Amino acid sequence: MIDQDLSKVTPQVYESKIGVPYTWWAGDTATRFLEGIRDRGELWATRCGKCSRTYVPPRKNCPGCFEENAEWVQVGPGATVVTFTVARRPLAAIPDPVPVVFALVKPDGADTAMLHRIGDVDPEKVSIGMRVKPRFAAERKGHIRDIECFVPEQG
Amino acid sequence: MEKIAIIGMGMTKIEANKVSENFADMAWEAVNAALADAGMDIKDVSNLITTSNDFWDGRTISCMAVGDSSGAREKNCSCVEGDGTYGAFYAMARILSGSYPSTLVTGHTKGSESISSLITNAAFDPIYERSLGVDMITASAMQARAYMDKTGTTSEDLARVSVKNHGNAKNNPYAQLPMDLTVEDVLASEMIADPLHKLDCSPVSDGCCALILADEETAKKFCKKPIWVKGAAFCSDAYFLGDRDLAKPKSLVAAAKKAYAMAGITEPTRQIDLAEVYDAFTYQELMWAEGLGLAEYGKAKDRLKNGDFDISGTLPVNASGGLLSGHPVIAAGLYRMAEAVRQLRGEAGANQKDGAKTAVVQGLNGLCGQSHCVWVLGNE
Ligand SMILES: [Zn+2]
Repeated sequence: MIDQDLSKVTPQVYESKIGVPYTWWAGDTATRFLEGIRDRGELWATRCGKCSRTYVPPRKNCPGCFEENAEWVQVGPGATVVTFTVARRPLAAIPDPVPVVFALVKPDGADTAMLHRIGDVDPEKVSIGMRVKPRFAAERKGHIRDIECFVPEQG
Repeated sequence: MEKIAIIGMGMTKIEANKVSENFADMAWEAVNAALADAGMDIKDVSNLITTSNDFWDGRTISCMAVGDSSGAREKNCSCVEGDGTYGAFYAMARILSGSYPSTLVTGHTKGSESISSLITNAAFDPIYERSLGVDMITASAMQARAYMDKTGTTSEDLARVSVKNHGNAKNNPYAQLPMDLTVEDVLASEMIADPLHKLDCSPVSDGCCALILADEETAKKFCKKPIWVKGAAFCSDAYFLGDRDLAKPKSLVAAAKKAYAMAGITEPTRQIDLAEVYDAFTYQELMWAEGLGLAEYGKAKDRLKNGDFDISGTLPVNASGGLLSGHPVIAAGLYRMAEAVRQLRGEAGANQKDGAKTAVVQGLNGLCGQSHCVWVLGNE
């Protein structure tokens, strides 16, 4: 016989995971950006012909005007820290040892900031308005992390 | 606009880890509570909207799986992926179409079953961003810093939000984290991602909330104290964080403007009696209060310090304890709406704002408040 009283149940746990491989095609626009960092160590952006806003990372269309961003322009390498955080807890999404500095950095000539990391600096010394530049990996594969991080422009 | 009312609400207690109820069991509890509250039978509701997120449920088309315990069988049931306030908006639109006298809306999340950092990391662009390792907390930390830099808001100011909301939760039977805290306690808690301490962040939570919306005729038939929708609107900003000025809640200002215009609110600080806002992090309560016009930009910290946002103040914000005291992600905005309903019915017990007639509720979707959904509710 089974006990009809569910209050006496000790609930069980089922442990599992969902593992689904994806192949995300970057598309022509992002591919041109990724080729720029891989082959030439350059940051390339797209510009809206209507409002002249320059988007990095590049997008095919201007979200504001809903027009195609037809023009390519080189931005950076100098960039300014717009905001940042020093991640101190080893959060599950962070694939490296903490502390890790995440930042939004706006490359010179761009109207938007791009999300990346700050390195080669004491995390306590990072500040809004700080000048930085990308540090590229020696071996590059056409991936956002071909930029290892942004580092202080001086020194 | 036709009159639309909230005529029933049901909340499960928000808990860190509900072991006795799976996601569907939570819906069963909340839906039955909402039906009982409205004095309705499931047969009185012709249709429903469920709100859920497949990643958090660990199940694709999970809206289909939650239907059986929500009363969806042989009914018109549809789903919203996002915050519950957006599900409620869809429910309202259905009723306004004239084809549905009432609509049941639910929202559920069991945050305890997965790893929020990995789930929110997956909200970032896979080509340009995701591999960097950013998640909701670190992204919000960047927004907090941008806001503090622009407004002069300090860590002590943020801590006061945590002290107030965890204190308010002491009188809320549905809250997960009632706590007596001091500003020093918050500042001494673990620094997760500067400038956000552990006690600046909402917890991982399980919970389900259900509301029943109805047209005027149905509301008057079933409900003694219908709470009326005076205005509702939502608005989106850019997806990429770097496209936005993260220090300013632009899309919230736009959504509030529309909702207030519908509700005839011209002076929110005078005409609104209380607010329930999406305080996933302490700084967000201040930013969103400003976006809702409850304080000038950068001045919410002063109103908070002055006690204006306390339950005993002129404009209580998150008298319920807010999300800092329990944050079932997708259900979060529906909980805010339900808490406002409790207040407007005069049923909020020790947390009651005396004579509350008009409340504003805000939900959001996307990283760092990309989109906001604003509701103005009233009891007259
Ligand atoms: Zn444009």
